[in-house]
Amino acid sequence: MLWLEGLEIVQGDFRLAADLTVPKGARVAVIGPSGAGKSTLLGAVAGFVPEARGRIVWNGKAMGAGSPAQRPVSILFQDNNLFPHLTAFQNVGLGLRPSLRLSQDERGQVEAALTRVGLGGLGTRRPAELSGGQQGRVALARVLLRARPLLLLDEPFAALGPALKSDMLRLVAEICAETGATLLMVTHDIADARTIADQTLLVADGRVTGPFATEGLLADPPPALRDYLG
Amino acid sequence: MSARAARLCALGAGGLVALWLLTLNFGALGAVAWRAEGFTALRGADWAAVRFTLVQALWSAGLSVALAIPLSRALARRAFPGRGVLITLMGAPFILPTLVAVLGLLAGFGRGGLVNQGLGSAGFGPVSIYGLHGGVLAHVFYNLPLATRILLQGWASIPAERFRLAASLGFSPWQMFRQLEWPMLRELVPGAALVIFLICLTSFAVALTLGGGPRATTVELAIYQAFRFDYDLGRAALLALVQFGLCAGAAVLAWRVSLPAGLGGGMDRPVQRFDLGRGAWDFALIALAALFLLTPLGMIVVRGIAQVPALPGEVWQAAGRSLMVALGATALTIAMTLALAHAVLALGGARGAALEALGLAALAASSLVVGTGLFVLLLPLTNPRDWALVVTMLVNAGMALPFALRLILPGLREVVATQGRLADTLGLHGLARLRIVPLPRLRRPLGFAAGLTAALSMGDLGVIMLFAEREGATLPMQLYRLMLAYRQADAAGTAVLLLGASLALFWAFDRWGRSRAVA
Repeated sequence: MLWLEGLEIVQGDFRLAADLTVPKGARVAVIGPSGAGKSTLLGAVAGFVPEARGRIVWNGKAMGAGSPAQRPVSILFQDNNLFPHLTAFQNVGLGLRPSLRLSQDERGQVEAALTRVGLGGLGTRRPAELSGGQQGRVALARVLLRARPLLLLDEPFAALGPALKSDMLRLVAEICAETGATLLMVTHDIADARTIADQTLLVADGRVTGPFATEGLLADPPPALRDYLG
Repeated sequence: MSARAARLCALGAGGLVALWLLTLNFGALGAVAWRAEGFTALRGADWAAVRFTLVQALWSAGLSVALAIPLSRALARRAFPGRGVLITLMGAPFILPTLVAVLGLLAGFGRGGLVNQGLGSAGFGPVSIYGLHGGVLAHVFYNLPLATRILLQGWASIPAERFRLAASLGFSPWQMFRQLEWPMLRELVPGAALVIFLICLTSFAVALTLGGGPRATTVELAIYQAFRFDYDLGRAALLALVQFGLCAGAAVLAWRVSLPAGLGGGMDRPVQRFDLGRGAWDFALIALAALFLLTPLGMIVVRGIAQVPALPGEVWQAAGRSLMVALGATALTIAMTLALAHAVLALGGARGAALEALGLAALAASSLVVGTGLFVLLLPLTNPRDWALVVTMLVNAGMALPFALRLILPGLREVVATQGRLADTLGLHGLARLRIVPLPRLRRPLGFAAGLTAALSMGDLGVIMLFAEREGATLPMQLYRLMLAYRQADAAGTAVLLLGASLALFWAFDRWGRSRAVA
């Protein structure tokens, strides 16, 4: 269970408060107007944004001062999820060993992860030689290998076309099912929320509220969400 | 290694480098003042040296920039075969050993040089290259290409769309200049002039060879003479203080004027313009500049190349020593630059900027002042002359650091900004992070910076002159001795060797940086 216990984030004039729990294994969309603090919320869970008050607790353990790599979290950003000068294989391998000194066994795991996301045989390519969708798959292969219990997506597929994006989301759902990961996914697209997230967090007016059942929320949106949906 | 430990490591290494720079730039000066046991009053000749230094630096900077403005404008807007080669060659004087340049200028403008032969056959008396105008000529030869490259970037940075827009609005040439070019010049010219002024303030080798005498001595040369000939530490210390004051003053000015980066790319294509005439003026200008800049080098090569195989053994030994010094200085500079750049970014904000400023401060340091200081510091411990090569290497590394830092910091900053978080989430820290994240991306600037350092160090004739004895000379020092002894043939051959070694070092490192450079 992810527990945001009396959490408050302060950045200059910007404040965001959250006090809620997300059940283990849930798939949660994070929606709300631009600038409301969706990315900031994910950044706090991932360890990039310090909490001013409160705690972030995973399975009864406060994340506290753990550095981003020590937290039980994998995060994909809007861009820069791959190192452009490393091959797909190396980019995935970093998920196992940051030093990239991989044993024979680990090399096999990397190959398997690449094959799992549909990139078997493309390990020697660099990101620039891959399509946008394939780049997303490389990042997801690394997520698969790291097998962290929390997966945070900060709109990594926003630049993809609709068909590609739903492919990616299906892959994300499969990975979550295989690893049992809990998913928090920022999105601007209500259709995304419907496709893979059974629950939704609403970020608006300096507060995070929810989680709500996605269908119910969209059928009867509160005022803040209604303004956003238009 | 944890994130915290990695941060501490970066700060620790950066701190050590900062401490060393402080020792080098300020501690050395303090040591000179301390050992001086009271200053010896400056003589009239010393004040003449201060005046001469300022006057020649002003002339050199002013002329270089004044000539660079029309030259860079012509280069920016004209396409012609060989343009790329010419622009690349204009980068060469920067890594050209000063003595080689001086020899080249002597071949062109010296007593028996081309110009005087021409004047003689036309019935005019010879012009002397020695003195103020000789120094200025050499400095312009050296710095005109630098100024041109800086301004060329300025011209390239004006978006082509603006020229198109201006053309569609029917701007006159004057309006074009006023609206598009003048703002760029106003921004870049002060910085370019100041950089050149700074370079000329600390000019030593040019003054040593083309100046000298009471009327054409720079402060840098006066320090050398007070130290080496009179062994008057008091006067050397006071002169060092004066020199430091001059440089610090100029550096403070430079701090207020934004300094141009000057060495990067962005000059591959001429800007397409719509206000071009037939260009006779532009092409004449380019041809004249090419003649001025390339003839002396050509003459060096022509005169000296045949002599190289016959060079005496001591020259080859000196070349070996110089190579070691250059490679050592390069390794040291790159290590110090990486440590300092990481610390600057780890600190961030005002403290990071202060650290960066300290790294760039060496731009205003004078190698003779630093050398005198190190000599004085070593004196109670050991015979400083035994350490001549080590000290030369250390001082060379310190002098190259500002250039390397300017080249590497922007790239590192970008890598940290775009990929820092990704590396953090993956737990990449310490040496593995250095190896996997920034180094492959920074190959190009690293190779360029290493090449620059190696070439500068290979050709440097400065601090070694304070330390070295009869044996243990570097290649530039050996060349200077041959020039003094009027061994023309050997000098010409040595100059070619020195030129070749400097260019080869630069080429090899730069080439390494370009090969397999990715993304």
